Amino acid sequence: MAGQKVALDTGDLVLNRVSKYYGDFCAVDDLSLTVPDGSFFALLGPSGCGKTTTLRMIAGLEEPTQGTINIGETDITTQKPYRRNVNTVFQNYALFPHLTIFENIAFGLRRRGIKEVKNEVMAALELVELAHLAERKPGQLSGGQQQRIAVARAIVNRPEVLLLDEPLGALDLKLRRQMQIELKRIQMEIGITFIHVTHDQEEAMTMADTIAVMNQGKIEQMGSATELYEAPKTAFVANFLGQCNLIKAKVQSRTGGKAVVSAKGHTFEIPLSRVSTESDSVLLGVRPEKLRLDDSGTNSIKDCIVTDRSFVGTSTQYLLKTPWDLELIAFEQNDEGLHDLHVGDKVSVEWDPEHTFGLDGSQDINAGADLDEEE
Amino acid sequence: MKKDLLPRPSLSHRTGRWFSRNLIRIYAVLAFIYLFIPVAYTFAFSFNDAGKSNLVWKGFTLDNWKNPCGAPQVCTAVANSLEIGIISTVLATILGTMIAFAIGRHKFRGRKTTNLLIFLPMATPEVVLGASLLAMFLNLRINPGFWTIVIAHVMFCISFVVVTVKARIASLDPKLEQAAMDLYANERETFRYVTLPLVMPGIAGAALLAFSLSFDDFIITNFNSGIVSTFPKFVYVSAARGIPAQANVIGSAMFFIALIIVIVGQVVSRQRKRG
Amino acid sequence: MAFLHAATGSHSGPKSELKSKSWTPYLLLAPGLIWLVTFFIFPILSLASTSTMVRPEGAQIGTYVQELRFANYIDAFQANQEQYIRSFVYAAIATLLALAIAYPLAYMIAFKSGKYRNILLVMVVAPFFTSFLLRTVAWTQILGDEGPIVSTLKLLPFVGDSMRLTSTPFAVVSGLTYNFLPFMTLPLYASLERIDPRTLEAAGDLYANGFTTFRKVTVPLSMPGVVAGTLLTFIPAAGDYVNAAILGSPSTKMIGNVIESRFFAVVDYPTAAALSFTLMATILILVTLYIRRSGTDELV
Repeated sequence: MAGQKVALDTGDLVLNRVSKYYGDFCAVDDLSLTVPDGSFFALLGPSGCGKTTTLRMIAGLEEPTQGTINIGETDITTQKPYRRNVNTVFQNYALFPHLTIFENIAFGLRRRGIKEVKNEVMAALELVELAHLAERKPGQLSGGQQQRIAVARAIVNRPEVLLLDEPLGALDLKLRRQMQIELKRIQMEIGITFIHVTHDQEEAMTMADTIAVMNQGKIEQMGSATELYEAPKTAFVANFLGQCNLIKAKVQSRTGGKAVVSAKGHTFEIPLSRVSTESDSVLLGVRPEKLRLDDSGTNSIKDCIVTDRSFVGTSTQYLLKTPWDLELIAFEQNDEGLHDLHVGDKVSVEWDPEHTFGLDGSQDINAGADLDEEE
Repeated sequence: MKKDLLPRPSLSHRTGRWFSRNLIRIYAVLAFIYLFIPVAYTFAFSFNDAGKSNLVWKGFTLDNWKNPCGAPQVCTAVANSLEIGIISTVLATILGTMIAFAIGRHKFRGRKTTNLLIFLPMATPEVVLGASLLAMFLNLRINPGFWTIVIAHVMFCISFVVVTVKARIASLDPKLEQAAMDLYANERETFRYVTLPLVMPGIAGAALLAFSLSFDDFIITNFNSGIVSTFPKFVYVSAARGIPAQANVIGSAMFFIALIIVIVGQVVSRQRKRG
Repeated sequence: MAFLHAATGSHSGPKSELKSKSWTPYLLLAPGLIWLVTFFIFPILSLASTSTMVRPEGAQIGTYVQELRFANYIDAFQANQEQYIRSFVYAAIATLLALAIAYPLAYMIAFKSGKYRNILLVMVVAPFFTSFLLRTVAWTQILGDEGPIVSTLKLLPFVGDSMRLTSTPFAVVSGLTYNFLPFMTLPLYASLERIDPRTLEAAGDLYANGFTTFRKVTVPLSMPGVVAGTLLTFIPAAGDYVNAAILGSPSTKMIGNVIESRFFAVVDYPTAAALSFTLMATILILVTLYIRRSGTDELV
């Protein structure tokens, strides 16, 4: 099984206008998405955004109130979970405590009537490098080991789609990083579609080919990590992925491929391709690492004051206050050209127009920022 | 650092401190002694060479243990109690477990009423339970006897079984059953391979509880047994004259058997976890 | 240990997700509930009906006619007031004593037992394995005139020679206390065991000494256990008659004895029934008031 692409040419997973209502409460709101066969896809969002509900509908553990779910040609919307070729890695692993590791992994195979399970089970165990634990019970394994067994238990059934419900949440940082790389490796090796649900944006960006950012039952934006990060289309996405500076501004003109906007007496340029609204009120956005502590340049703000400084090894993070009391975050990489600024110093910031993006100004400027990331 | 910089506390001071720290442990020892005095007494007097009247110590003998059925009616009573216990346990466990699953895993109307109905027998004094059942039997012209005892026992054991099994079901992670369905087990298979094995310790515990409640029951049994003898009834009736030592033997034996069962159960459950 | 955990009411675990199949739950519930309705509800109703019956003049003993004579209740109560009140007094004293004895014991097992915890829990329940009648009878002999306790007490100067412990209220109440001790200990233990020891540490960190921590943190947090334990002790104790019969005398008769004798010795079912209902009603009222005051969500 290892090293051999096992996904059948079964087709993409398509959710078409799927909604889920619990009474009056809408958990998933008219959601449509296509997950290409064999890709590593992430559903990213804060707790309560509907990502887990969506996952459970794909698994068959919840039924959509409206809409359809297809894998390739097959409509699986109302199929029971035990009839779908979809397997799940649960958040707390849900390993059967009364069965050995071997029997846990063999469970799905046995239920499908397969008698000779040994080879498949051992191959799955080798894929996660835990063959020596076959006769133990889940209670004797560490969190990281349980997590890998949960993956093995799902993969051994060669599903068309593998669902992962925040599987790394309970692990400590180092182990989590390790597992992120592991899972990515396994996915590339066996070629099954992975759908990974998480609230950790770093995790999503590290592992996934495509990310869908969800908020309150809807998809805010979908794309590669780079697309979402460098060219967010909503304030939520801008604030949720990494950190972001947003300034409320008014559009003065849109000509020659550029939009000129003004805020508090300053003018700034944004390439029109990076403005995602027709409205005259925009939120001008720029990522902290794009800010340079200089006063030359097209987009710049002079006379800011440093209000805080943190040295985090790879960079120094500054909090700056603009002349009109707006807080900006700036990261300066820890290499040559380092400005060793201190609290109270006056400094100017500037950045390239190509690094700017423009979002609809009617949005909440704080959407997606400072969300409690705990489930 | 110089030795003896701090004066060593005096012996009495240290003893005092030991006492206050361990006061509660000393208390616990005393409390356990209190709990076990009658048990020890019963056990001791099972060796009494007493003939019919086991009130005063007459001499040590193993005869009672060698011949526990020596006293008339002791073994009949025990046999009845065992038979009634087993039948009642089986019935009550089945009925109670079914109710527990309904409550713990299904939606249905009348949940509050059901809970009340389960709770009431546990909150009713045994006198009332026994008396009312007898009143009904008499009104229906049914003579109390073996089967009326069984009916009564099942009645009051159901609630205890429900509570016990329900707690076990509640502590079962529903994700396990979802995982089973995710792994191609339909509802029946999920129940058989995942739910039932995991709830089984609770069911076993409930059965044990039901059996001990049944075997040891006196008040309700007394009302509904007519002339049928059970072990507690036998002891009560012979209390005035003096209980034969054989009854002590039975009591002590039950104690040890039950103790062994519980210890074995403990060991087994620890084994299950280790694997 | 599963049944112990259940009996002590530890409801841990996530909220179960309920299935909505239409008929399965009713099929599961039916047999057990029908049994309860037939052999619990109907008998109670039957008893209610008997309580208002009257034996007609000159009719044979044991035959009654329904006359809806509610005065039965008043007659029964007045004739047996003494025993009635005595039952509740004894039960209350026994409950308080049981609480006093069981609380430190439960505390010790919950906090200071280390690896012996499970053994100790078994030991709390183990005496139960011997027949409760045998244990009660054992107490008659331990507290008996020839027994060790009385003999020792008689050595004291102020104790007269005619002093006895059996056939006294003291013996009955101690019997009640003893027999229901596990019912008090286990719920207390369950409540105490749930307290996170770090809560107690936090109290210490916030300047509370040992006793204050106990008073202001431990005791309030253990209240659900106290409520459950006192109910499980008081209710059966109030209706008990075995302890009074074996350890007591005619002057310590409880209401349970009266009911029993009215059924078997003096055949007077209506009185017995009326007394039973009065007992039950009183208990229900007391329990409801008690629960309202101390507030528990789920008892079952």
